[in-house]
Amino acid sequence: MPDLDKKILPPEPLTEHGARRRTALTCMAWAGAGMLWTMNGGVPGSKLISGTAEAAEVNRHAFSFVQISDSHIGFNKDPNVDPAGTLKEAVDKIRTSAEKPKFIIHTGDISHLSKPDEFDTATQIIQSAGLDVHYVPGEHDVLVDDGGSYFERFAKPADPKWYSFDQGGVHFIGLTNVLDLRGGGLGFLGDEQLTWLKKDLQGRTSSTPIVVFAHIPLWSLYPQWGWGTDDSAQALSMMKRFGSVTVLNGHVHQVAQKVEGEISFYSALSTAFPQPAPGTAAGPGPMEVPADTLRKMLGVRSVNYIPGKADLAVVDTRLSA
Amino acid sequence: MSANVNKWRTVMTMPASRRVGMVKRVAKTITALWVAIALTAAPAFADTKPATVVIDNFSFSPAQLSVAAGSTVTWENHDDMPHTIVDDATPREFKSAPLDSGDHFSQTFTKPGTYKYFCSIHPHMTGTIVVK
Repeated sequence: MPDLDKKILPPEPLTEHGARRRTALTCMAWAGAGMLWTMNGGVPGSKLISGTAEAAEVNRHAFSFVQISDSHIGFNKDPNVDPAGTLKEAVDKIRTSAEKPKFIIHTGDISHLSKPDEFDTATQIIQSAGLDVHYVPGEHDVLVDDGGSYFERFAKPADPKWYSFDQGGVHFIGLTNVLDLRGGGLGFLGDEQLTWLKKDLQGRTSSTPIVVFAHIPLWSLYPQWGWGTDDSAQALSMMKRFGSVTVLNGHVHQVAQKVEGEISFYSALSTAFPQPAPGTAAGPGPMEVPADTLRKMLGVRSVNYIPGKADLAVVDTRLSA
Repeated sequence: MSANVNKWRTVMTMPASRRVGMVKRVAKTITALWVAIALTAAPAFADTKPATVVIDNFSFSPAQLSVAAGSTVTWENHDDMPHTIVDDATPREFKSAPLDSGDHFSQTFTKPGTYKYFCSIHPHMTGTIVVK
């Protein structure tokens, strides 16, 4: 998608550092074909993991996790009258993958209309992967009762609306940016969550890799269609001191990426239906595509972390090639 | 309307049979003109007839609508995605349930004023109802 890439990249001249990173991102397309591209101190390289002691040490601490997004259970129109079926295909891909991921994150819009039976169908399918799942809500999950039916199912007891956890030396943060939205605005984190975030990051060393996930992009992907978060700059400024920050989101139903300093942003595919690239249609919303094309526009994402590597390898796999 | 007045004079000097046909045609033209005037002038002469705002491609159309006090405004969702209609004021005077495709929501405005509203799911979608 050369046009899309052009739109998302910031217009200012690239620094030497930034230019190298972006070149690396274009290379990541190869990762799906079996080559693992990694980054070390801004220098891209492909790592051949063989039988050396060093490789064994790297292997022992490396892990991967999976991101799924926008399953929209309950949606029943073109181009997908059976999003439960395509979610199942996505989960089967995770379940049968050669490399067992540590856990799944779901970046929201689990349901289409926040209905209990939609949540139940989704969780039944997702649980068949046999992995822990960490959810954050999308706007479709909190349509009624300020998200009551979502939070009673998915909230963690300690941190009801947003949370963090650690895995293999990586600090994961699940944010909620779909509540209390303001007229004329975009996604919204709010002061209470920002205060929590500041406290959560305090005392962590700058070398701790950070992975943030939320539903609506935390970067200005296309504000004209609401694809951004009003107060994300405040959250991101708290993360500037960290050497490795990966931000994962859903909402836009397509792969998009951007690098800003040490922060890498990635938007994920949906498991239900694609949406048009920014500005290419009268508005966002389900994109009608031929039945034989649909599965090429849906997918799951695997994220691989290798200790010592600043950048995580992100691989998007489509439901059909 | 001067053209019609001239036509009318011509009609009066015609034979009766032709005159009847012409009178009918002119009457039709005048009726059509009045309908056209009434339609184009509707916002200026707001009455309490039902008014409709259509939601299409994640936007409200018309984005601004003027109605007379006592009017009922109905929003219709033509999108494949759900939307809401939420008063952007404190305290909130109206808030719809999520409208799925084809659903509608009505609100009667009794007090004059400017009512800004938005979709709480997609808050970049905004509109205004002006009640006179």
